[in-house]
Amino acid sequence: MLKLNHCNPATGTAQKRAMTPPLPPFDPEKAAPFFFRHGHPGWLGLRYCDHGDDWVELALPWREDLLGEEDRHVLASGPIISLLDMASGMSIWTARKVFTPVATLDLRVDYQRPARERSAVKGRVECYRVTRSAAFVRGIAHDGDAGDPVATMAGVFMTIARDPRSDRQA
Amino acid sequence: MTDRPESERHLTAYARSLGIHVDGEEDRTPVLAVEFSSVIEGRPGALHGGATSGLLETAGYAALRARLEQDGRDPQLKPINITVQFLSAGKQKRTYAKGRITRLGRRNANVSVEAWQDDRNRPIATAIMNILMADRRT
Repeated sequence: MLKLNHCNPATGTAQKRAMTPPLPPFDPEKAAPFFFRHGHPGWLGLRYCDHGDDWVELALPWREDLLGEEDRHVLASGPIISLLDMASGMSIWTARKVFTPVATLDLRVDYQRPARERSAVKGRVECYRVTRSAAFVRGIAHDGDAGDPVATMAGVFMTIARDPRSDRQA
Repeated sequence: MTDRPESERHLTAYARSLGIHVDGEEDRTPVLAVEFSSVIEGRPGALHGGATSGLLETAGYAALRARLEQDGRDPQLKPINITVQFLSAGKQKRTYAKGRITRLGRRNANVSVEAWQDDRNRPIATAIMNILMADRRT
C-alpha cells in the first residue's frame, strides 16, 4: 500500500483503484440470515454454526415434521441432503471469497448410521478445489461429534453466470 | 392420526410436509408428485437441489416398498447411499418421480429413480440408491 503513494502520477488510475476499498470477501456468517430467510433452507430452519477459509458448518434443528420413520424420532435423510447441499454452496463462495450462482451437478451421500433421537444434525463441508467452471466439495453430517459422522458426502457444482442447463431445455 | 389414502401410508412425515403425494401408479409402482412452492425453492424460481433429492429418495423408497409388499415382505428399510445427478434446473411446475428396482436381493436393493416435469423423456434429475433391508425386531 505504501508503495502506491510513491508511484508515477501518470499511473493515476492505479492510485484511484487503491483508494476505493475492494468488495469485502464473502462472509457466510453475514450471508446466512439472507439465505435462510426464504425458500427451502428457510423452511428447514437451517442455521449458521462456523466457518474457515474453505469450509462452512450449518445446523439442521430437530423437528417433528422432518422425521423419516413413523416409530423413531430420527431426522429423515432428505433434509440431511439439503443441509449438505446448502453447506456445499456456502463453502464454495467462502473458498472463492465471492458469491457466484452455482448449480449442483452431482451429489453423493453415504449414510453411516441414523442420527440420534431428537438430535439436531450439523453439516460441515469443505470446498477443496475450484476451477473456472467447477467446484469440488466433500463433507460430513454429524450430531455432535465430527469424529463419528452420521453421513459423508462428495459433490461437484458448476458455476453459472446464467444457468446453462435451462438453455438445454429448448 | 388423519386419514390418508392407503397408497400414502408409507410416506414419511418429512415427505408429507414437503407436499409430496402419490399421483398415480404405473406397472404397480407409485408415481409421486410435488407442486412448486416456496418450501422447495432454491435459487429464485428454481427447485432446490436438496428438495429434488428428497423427492427422488421418497420415490425410491415408495417403489421398493410397493415391490416388497407384492412379495409379502415387510422389512425395515435403511439408507446406505444415494447419488443424485442434476440434469436441468427444476422450474416452477409440478415435478414427478418414479423409481425402478434394478436389483432386489435378500439384504439390499439397488433402485434407480427419475424426476421430470413436462417431458417424461427429459428428466431433470436422476438418482441411484442402495437400500438395506433389515428384519424387524419383534
